[in-house]
Amino acid sequence: MIINHPLLGPRDSQEFVYLGDAALMNRPDGMAEGALAAFIDFAYLRDNPAGLHRELWYHEQGDRSWLVVTRNTVTHEITTVELARDVARKAGRSK
Amino acid sequence: MANRLKALTPLGHDAPETVTVGPLTITENTSFAMASLASRLGREGDVAKAAAAAGIPLPGPGMSATGATYGAIWLGAEQWMLDAAFATHEDIRAALLPLFGDAASITEQTDAWVRFDLTAPDLPALFERLCNLDTRALPEGGTTRTVIEHLGCYVVKRSATQISVIGPRSSAGSLHHALITGAKSAY
Repeated sequence: MIINHPLLGPRDSQEFVYLGDAALMNRPDGMAEGALAAFIDFAYLRDNPAGLHRELWYHEQGDRSWLVVTRNTVTHEITTVELARDVARKAGRSK
Repeated sequence: MANRLKALTPLGHDAPETVTVGPLTITENTSFAMASLASRLGREGDVAKAAAAAGIPLPGPGMSATGATYGAIWLGAEQWMLDAAFATHEDIRAALLPLFGDAASITEQTDAWVRFDLTAPDLPALFERLCNLDTRALPEGGTTRTVIEHLGCYVVKRSATQISVIGPRSSAGSLHHALITGAKSAY
């Protein structure tokens, strides 16, 4: 399987490590109302879609960047690869 | 007078080692001091300005560049490895600190790495046995981190016939052995 790294081009998936659902990027606010329920959801509950799935991959044997990979769980086709940094910034986080 | 401490090369000898396998020459290169440079968050512009003023090249993703005094390879987003001649810049971090101030984090790297310079007419024949990086497609100056013999190494294509492998110094012997074994198979 080849992952098309947004900076470095096509790289072998051997170089990457899989973390899981990209929703892990959105850690709930521990001080907010209903934080317990939000954290139970964050830590234990995952969607399990048959189709497009956004997930976090780490380029461990390359430039050590975190990526958000959109993969079809039925066909394993990878449609988009973005830097997790850019995804977070687009969502208005960080700078 | 007490004996002076004696510096050893990464392979553990007094002088750098050179090995020849067929058309390939593997040279242990100890003539460069290295330091990593990482822009601090929000200070990327200041780092680019300081580097331009000091004549330090900061190449884009997957590339390396050489300036008058400093050379640089891209490590990751807003991170570079800088090198300079060991003879004049042994304390490279002290030389870089005043240039970048608090806009960047600079870490001494010289003794963390071993650098092997490989010269041969057909280097891809060796590298296709060592790693999954396509050195044929890599442009001149192209640089990337990859795995050789289970070790994370930087591969720098200096020219069509010269490639540098920069790997962890603590595994210099294993990496050297892997290069020689690969070369015996390739040539």
